[in-house]
Amino acid sequence: MPSEKSAKKRRPVLVQVETPNLIPERDLGTIPVLQAEHLGIDFGGLTAVDDFNIAMGRTEISGLIGPNGAGKTTIFNLLTNVYRPTRGTVLIDGYDTAGKSVAEVNRMGIARTFQNIRLFSKMTVEENVLVGFGNTMKTHLITDMLRLPGHWKQEAEFHDRALELLDIFDMRRFADTQAGNLPYGAQRRLEILRALATGPKVLLLDEPAAGMNPAETEELMENIQKIRDELQIAILLIEHDMSLVMGVCEVVGVLDYGKIIAKGTPEQIQNDPRVIEAYLGKQEVK
Amino acid sequence: MFFTQVLNGLQLGSIYALVALGYTMVYGIILLLNFAHGDIIMVGAYVSWLVMAQLGLHPVLAIILSVAACTLMGVLIDKVAYAPLRNAPRLSILITAIGVSYFLENGAQLVFGADAKVVPAYTDIQTIQLGGLALSFPSVLTVLVTIVATVALTIVVQKTKLGKAMRAVSEDMGAARLMGINVNTTISFTFAVGSALAGIGAVLYAMAYTQANPTMGMMLGTKAFVAAVLGGIGSIPGAVVGGLLVGFAEVIVTALNLSVWKDAVVFLLLIIVLVVRPTGIFGRTMNEKV
Repeated sequence: MPSEKSAKKRRPVLVQVETPNLIPERDLGTIPVLQAEHLGIDFGGLTAVDDFNIAMGRTEISGLIGPNGAGKTTIFNLLTNVYRPTRGTVLIDGYDTAGKSVAEVNRMGIARTFQNIRLFSKMTVEENVLVGFGNTMKTHLITDMLRLPGHWKQEAEFHDRALELLDIFDMRRFADTQAGNLPYGAQRRLEILRALATGPKVLLLDEPAAGMNPAETEELMENIQKIRDELQIAILLIEHDMSLVMGVCEVVGVLDYGKIIAKGTPEQIQNDPRVIEAYLGKQEVK
Repeated sequence: MFFTQVLNGLQLGSIYALVALGYTMVYGIILLLNFAHGDIIMVGAYVSWLVMAQLGLHPVLAIILSVAACTLMGVLIDKVAYAPLRNAPRLSILITAIGVSYFLENGAQLVFGADAKVVPAYTDIQTIQLGGLALSFPSVLTVLVTIVATVALTIVVQKTKLGKAMRAVSEDMGAARLMGINVNTTISFTFAVGSALAGIGAVLYAMAYTQANPTMGMMLGTKAFVAAVLGGIGSIPGAVVGGLLVGFAEVIVTALNLSVWKDAVVFLLLIIVLVVRPTGIFGRTMNEKV
C-alpha cells in the first residue's frame, strides 16, 4: 500500500495535551497510543458528539459509558474514520488519521468489534481470522493459484498463527466451523480475535458483554485483561454492564448528549453526582 | 447424433456459464446487475478480429489480447462508471450499467460499422477422433477450457487472500473495511476476474460462431443473466449449472426442430424460476436485517 508507506515516512504529529497520566510509570516517555482532540461531528443541525478528548496509555483499559443515544458508538465510528469528524483530530500512535480510508486507519493500528455481531458468517472460524491477517500477509496471486512451494509455506505459517490466536480463547477446536453456526458467546469471542488478527495497538470493543450471562461476563473480564497482558495493547470499551466496566477499566469516561460529563477512576465515577444525574435524573432540591 | 447434441449443449452451456460467472461475481460483491457485461464479450470478439483479420497476427496472440482487453475493459468500466456511484442508490448504478451497455454497442457500431465481421478460425483442427467418434474440436476445447477456468476461479475465491477478501466484502463491506481490507482494490479485482472470464467466453464464442457484430453481446448477455438467476445469483456453482441448463434447453429445442422457439423457452425458464423459486437453484435466501 503506497499510502501506508508514506504514513510511515511522515513523522508523528505530536500534540501537547493534558493527559490524565494515571499510570505514569507505565507510560513514561511514550506518546499516547490513541489520542482524540476536540473531536466532534454534526449530522445536519444535530451535534451528535462535541469536544471529545481522550489520551490513552499504551496498555490502558478504558471504558466509555453513558445512557442510550449518548453518542458512544458514534465516537467509535469517528475514531475508526467510518464517520468523518466535523471537528477535531484523531491520532493513532502519533499519526493523524485525517484523510485516511477506513482500511488504512485499521492498518495504522486500530481495530474494533461491533455492537451487533458482524462476523463473516459464511466463512469458517479460521478464515475469519485469516481475513484479519490480511494486513501482514504478503501473498502473490499467481503463487497461490498455482500452489507453488511459497504458497504452502506461507499457508502453513498463517494456519499456525491463526490457531495460536484461536488458542487465546480456547477456540482451536472450532477452526473449521462456519462462523455463523457458533454459539452466541463464541461468536462474540471470535469477533474479538478477528479484530486482534489485524495487529492493532488499540482495540475498541462495542458492548462486548451484550447478551451475556453473569458467568460469561466474568469470563470476558478475565479475557480482556488477558489480551492486554499478553499482547500489550490498549483497550477502549463501551459497555452498559457496570460490573464489567467497574471491574476491568482503569479509566472511565461518562458521555451524555455527545459530551463527556465526567472522567476518572471507577470509584470517582460511581460517586459523581453528574453521573447519577445523567442516569437517574436530577434530584429535586427542597 | 445423440452424443453430438450433448456436446453441443455442453459447448453452448459452457459459454453461457463463463459469462454468467462474471454476472454472479459482480452481483455477489456490489449487488449490481452489470448489464454491460455481455458487451464486454463483443469487445473481445472484435479484438480477435482486429488482431487476426486486420493485423494478420498469430491466433495465440489474438486470444491473449482479447482476454487482456476484456479484463482491462471491465476494470475501466467499474472505475469510470460505477466507482463514483458506490454510495448512490442502487437504481442509479443499475441505470448507469444499461447506459454503459448502449455506449459500448453504439461505440462499436461507430468504429467498426453495423455489419458483422468474420473472425478467422483460431485453429485449423476441426475434429478430433475419440474412440471412433469424430468430435468437433472447438466444442471439446470449449468444455475443457470452461472446466479449467471454473476450477481456477474456485481456487482463487476459496484459497487466496484476495478471494477471502472478496467473500468478506460480499458478506459485510463495512466490517471488511474495518478489518483493513481495501474494498476498492477487491472490487476492481472482482471486475478483472469476471471480465477475464468474459474474455475467454468471447474467444470461445467467436470460435463457435466466427463473427463479431456490435449487438452480439446483448442476447448473449441476457441469456447468461438468465443462467445466473436460474442458478441463484451470487452463487458460483449456480452460474455454472444455470449456464449448462440454458445451453441444454436451447440445444434440445433446436434438436426438436423448434429453433424459432429457443429464446422463448429460455425466458420461459426464467419466468418459471422467478415464480417457483426466486432465489434460484443454489440461491441463498436473503435474511432481512431487522
